[in-house]
Amino acid sequence: MTPAPAANRIARRFAELATQKKKAFIAYICAGDPSLDATVELVVGMAAQGVDIIELGIPYSDPMADGPANQAASERALAAGATVRGVIDAVRRIRARSDVPILVYAYMNPLLAYGIERFAADAVAAGIDGVLPLDLPPEEQPELRVALAQAGLAVVCLVAPTTTPARRTYLAEQSRGFLYYVCRLGVTGERTALPDDLAAQVATLKAVAICPVCIGFGISTPEQAADAARHGDGAIVGSHLVRLIERHGRDRDLVDIVSRRAGELAAAVHAVGGA
Amino acid sequence: MSAIPVVPDAAGRFGRYGGRYVPETLIPALDQVVAAYRAAQTDPAFQAELHRLLTRYVGRPTPLTKATRLSQRLKRRIWLKREDLCHTGAHKINNALGQALLTLRLGKKRVIAETGAGQHGVATATACALLGLQCRVYMGVEDMRRQAPNVFRMKLLGTEVVGVESGTKTLKDAVNEALRDWVTNVTDTHYIIGSALGPHPYPMMVRDFQSVIGREARAQVLEAEGRLPHACVACVGGGSNAIGLFHPFLNDADVRLIGVEAGGNGSGLGQHAARFDGGSFGVFQGMSSYVLQNADGQVVGTHSVSAGLDYASIGPEHAWLRDRGRAEYRRASDAQALAGVHLLAENEGIIPALESAHAIGVLPEIVADLPDDAVVVVNVSGRGDKDVAEIARLEGVKL
Repeated sequence: MTPAPAANRIARRFAELATQKKKAFIAYICAGDPSLDATVELVVGMAAQGVDIIELGIPYSDPMADGPANQAASERALAAGATVRGVIDAVRRIRARSDVPILVYAYMNPLLAYGIERFAADAVAAGIDGVLPLDLPPEEQPELRVALAQAGLAVVCLVAPTTTPARRTYLAEQSRGFLYYVCRLGVTGERTALPDDLAAQVATLKAVAICPVCIGFGISTPEQAADAARHGDGAIVGSHLVRLIERHGRDRDLVDIVSRRAGELAAAVHAVGGA
Repeated sequence: MSAIPVVPDAAGRFGRYGGRYVPETLIPALDQVVAAYRAAQTDPAFQAELHRLLTRYVGRPTPLTKATRLSQRLKRRIWLKREDLCHTGAHKINNALGQALLTLRLGKKRVIAETGAGQHGVATATACALLGLQCRVYMGVEDMRRQAPNVFRMKLLGTEVVGVESGTKTLKDAVNEALRDWVTNVTDTHYIIGSALGPHPYPMMVRDFQSVIGREARAQVLEAEGRLPHACVACVGGGSNAIGLFHPFLNDADVRLIGVEAGGNGSGLGQHAARFDGGSFGVFQGMSSYVLQNADGQVVGTHSVSAGLDYASIGPEHAWLRDRGRAEYRRASDAQALAGVHLLAENEGIIPALESAHAIGVLPEIVADLPDDAVVVVNVSGRGDKDVAEIARLEGVKL
C-alpha cells in the first residue's frame, strides 16, 4: 500500500502534538445529523475548542457495528437527505474555514455505489484526509484500499480485543494515519468504565504499530478519555457527542453545547501530557 | 456446459460475490468457525451424529411425492420434495442442527439467530433445546406480527425472542441486531445464520448442510422416473432451500435450475424482494452480492407477502450461478403466491408455507416452455400452518 502523503493533515497533527507533548483527542459525529449545514458548524466549532481530529460518519441504512445512538443518528441524517456527495460538499465548506484533520467513518456500500475511485478523488479534492472503513478487513478486496490510498487518503485499520497477535502485527503494518484500538467487544456506545485489560492490550499494540495508537468505543467522560489517552496516543469519543446532538438537535445553541463538551474532553486529554 | 468449478475459494468468494465484509472484532470468530467446520466435515463422528439426528429426530429422508392431480392439470410430471414434513415444519432444521452441533465443537454455550418467517428461529430454538444450548432469537416486530404462532413456539422451546424496532423492522434489521449481539458476546456465542448468506463461511456451510435436500431428491427422482428432472424449482429468499436443492444437480447440465424470488405487489423499489430484477452489486451484511439499494448505496425496504423472502439481498452463490447462466431466476407476485397456496392445498392436500407457495404459484408459467410430460421437482420448503391466520387476513376472512 502506498503511504499517505507527508502533507496529510492527520500525520501533521500527530507530529505537532508530539512536539507539544500532547495526546490527541478525536471526536466522532454523524454527518448530516441534524443537517449538513449543522455538521459544518459543529466541525468548525469543535475544532475551535481544541478537538484535534474529526471523524465524520457517512450515514448508512444498516450500520451493523454501531449501537443505538449512532444508528439513530444515521437514520436522522438519511431522513434529512444526507448523501455521500453531500458529506463531501460539507467538508469542502469546512475547509474554507478550518484546517482540522478529517476522516470519514464509512460502511463500504455507499462508497461503492458512489464509485471507489471517484470517491477517493472527490474526497481528497474536498479536503478529506482519511477513511475508516468499518466493514472492510484489509484482505478483503485489497484493491479498494489501494484506490483510497493512492488518491492520498490515510486508510485506518481497527484492532479489536479479540484480534490474534499475528493479526495485530499485520493490521499495525497496514494502518495509516493512526491505528484504531476498539477497546471493548461490542458496538459503539457509552459505557461506565474502561476495560481492565486496556493498558496491557495497548502496550502490545504500541510495540508493533508504526503509527499512533488511538483508543475508542465506549469512552464518554473527560476522565475516561484522559485515562484512555494515558495508555495510547489519543482517545476517541463518539456516541456521547452524538447523544448531545440528538438531545439538542433543534436548539439554537446546539453548536455551542456540543463544542463546549468536545472542548472539555479535549482539555482532559491534552492535560495528560505526551509520552 | 463445462463442469462447474468448486466454490467458494479459500477467501469465501464465489467469483466476485461473497467474502467477509465485517467489523474486525468478528474476524477471529469467523476464522474459528471456518477451522471448526473444516474439521467437522472430515470427522466421521460429527457426520455420524448429524446423520443420526437427521434420520431419527428430523425424519429424513423426506419423501418425494408425486403431485398427481397437479401433474394432470399442468400436463407435466410434478414431484414435490417434502421439506414441509421435516420436524419443525421446514428445511431450516437441517442447517440449525448442523450448526448447533458445531457450536458444541466450538465449546460455546450460547446461540443467537435471526429469523424472518420464524422457521429458522423455531428450528434453532429446537436444536438448542435438544442439545442444551442457551438461545436468543432476533426478529423484526413487523415479522412478529405476521408470524405470531412461530414467536410463541420459540418461547415454548425455551428461547428468548427479542423484537427489533429499528429500520424496516423486518429480517435485515434482525440480522443487524444479531450481528451486534455477536460482536458483543463473541467469546461465548455462536451465531447460527439461517440462510446461505452473510460472511464466509456461512454461505458455504449452510449450503452444505442443506444439500441433503438435493442429494435425496436426485436419488429419489432417478429411482421414480429413471431419469433426471427437466427442471428443479425452489423459492429464493436468502436462498438456502434453493441452493440445497440445486447444488447436487449443478453438474447435471441438462437440469434447469429455477429460483423464484418474491415479486411482491409491484416493480418499484420497495414493492418487492426480487434482487435479480431491480437490485445491483453491493456489499451488505458481511457479503457482496446483488442488493436492493438506492442510487446512494442505502439499502431499501422490501415487500413480500412472505416474511421469509422479504430480504434485500441474496446468497452469493445464487448471484454467481445467475451470472454464469447455470441457474435462472424469476419472480412470483404476492397474488401468485396466494394462488400457489390454493393450487397445492386444493389439488394435493398440502398447505405450503407462503415462501414455498411462490415456487408453486409460478409453475403454470414455468412449465409453458417445458415439453409435455417433462419431469419437474419442486421444493416444498415448508408447511403453511404458520401462515394460516395471515392468509385469512390477506383474503379478508375473519377466523
